[in-house]
Amino acid sequence: MEDILKIEHLHKAFDGFTVLEDVNLTVKKGEVTVVIGPSGCGKSTFLRCINGLEDIQDGRVLLHDEVINPNKKDLRSTHEKIGMVFQSYDLFPHKTIIDNVALAPIKVQKRKKEDVYKEASELLDRVGLLAKKDSFPRQLSGGQKQRVAIVRALIMHPEILLFDEVTAALDPEMVREVLEVILSLAKEGRTMLIVTHEMDFAKAVADRILFMDGGHIVEEGSPEEFFENTKTDRAKRFLDSFKYK
Amino acid sequence: MNAFFEKLGFDVLLKGNNMLRLLQGLGVALRISVISVVISIVLGIILGVLMAQKNKVINVIAKIYLEIVRIMPQMVLLFIVYFGITKVLGINMEAEKASIIVFTFWGTAEMSDLVRGSLISIPKTQYESSEALGFTKSQMYMYVIIPQTIRRLIPLSINLITRMIKTTSLVMMIGIVEVLKVGQQIIEANRKTSPNAAFGIFATVFLLYFIACWPISQLSKYLERRWEN
Repeated sequence: MEDILKIEHLHKAFDGFTVLEDVNLTVKKGEVTVVIGPSGCGKSTFLRCINGLEDIQDGRVLLHDEVINPNKKDLRSTHEKIGMVFQSYDLFPHKTIIDNVALAPIKVQKRKKEDVYKEASELLDRVGLLAKKDSFPRQLSGGQKQRVAIVRALIMHPEILLFDEVTAALDPEMVREVLEVILSLAKEGRTMLIVTHEMDFAKAVADRILFMDGGHIVEEGSPEEFFENTKTDRAKRFLDSFKYK
Repeated sequence: MNAFFEKLGFDVLLKGNNMLRLLQGLGVALRISVISVVISIVLGIILGVLMAQKNKVINVIAKIYLEIVRIMPQMVLLFIVYFGITKVLGINMEAEKASIIVFTFWGTAEMSDLVRGSLISIPKTQYESSEALGFTKSQMYMYVIIPQTIRRLIPLSINLITRMIKTTSLVMMIGIVEVLKVGQQIIEANRKTSPNAAFGIFATVFLLYFIACWPISQLSKYLERRWEN
């Protein structure tokens, strides 16, 4: 499979405080990469650097061998190719659900309205929310909002999807409905980079696990390797913190 | 029935063209407030957007300006501009112009603060998720940020508009013959024939202010309800 995304020697600092140091990663088409690690290890910042929401101090991010960060001049087409879903959903509160989904493809990609609304309905139906298409975001539960946010990213036909702790703000009983949507996307071969705290989900969805700590990728491997046969002490300690004895 | 109207002093309204004069007075009050409101909204939006940029120099200047407006009673501002500044600068300014300057000075300050508040209340993540969807800056403002800002802003600015209309009752202090002053003149002129005119006239003035402000505040309530979803 071809490489879609390449991150080379990425260095990110906030006011001189290093958050990411010499991070390298290559993502192949159709690959699901899950990034885990303790809070503040830089994994969310890592995702934000990939689609240019953060500037970077050194290194570069390439999408199909084209530099996208640092390269401020054409981030717009980058954003169309890289979909991102955030922890706080961030739907547009003044628009109905279907308008939330349809706004960017109509305005940014200049696609035909009727095509966009047709596809928006299909996608909403797929996540079980077609009945809510004329509701407003505040009328939806967190899990429903997050499913809409996923649809809003999908309709742009991105080549890669970034998920930034998308279940972290949800009540436990709503986590599953969101993760199932992501799982079904993985099954159809979407390229995804997922930051999560849900270890069971990581195990189920990942082709590859990255464990980050202190701004580095500390350990990397298939889910089996990583969870059954953890190599580094730091990763072991991290995984132990999820167990209750 | 006639005796009853006379007792309450409403009969004066029908004498001569008194009712028409009151309406003309209301017209003066509304003219001053509408012109001031329109200019205040334009200037207030510009200043509010500038204040939301978090530029230190602009913010210090804006803060001093806002504090002056807040601390100063509008009437003192009116006196300073109409009696003070005109003398100092040796210019001859019509009272109505002076009152529009004062009302705009006040309205711009309050409006800019409302605009700034509405703008900074839009979460940062709204900007980020728009950016992540590929919107240009102008698209982001056009479709995402400004519509949300306006929804927050309109009920607040309508409140300001009604306050400005009501406060025009002060401009008679610099000699403008607006509705309240007309009312006083009518009462004065009919003191002998209708000693109870004060009640009838002031009640009518009250009603006129109400007619001017009530639809505006209803509009705000309607918009708030419509945008609640």
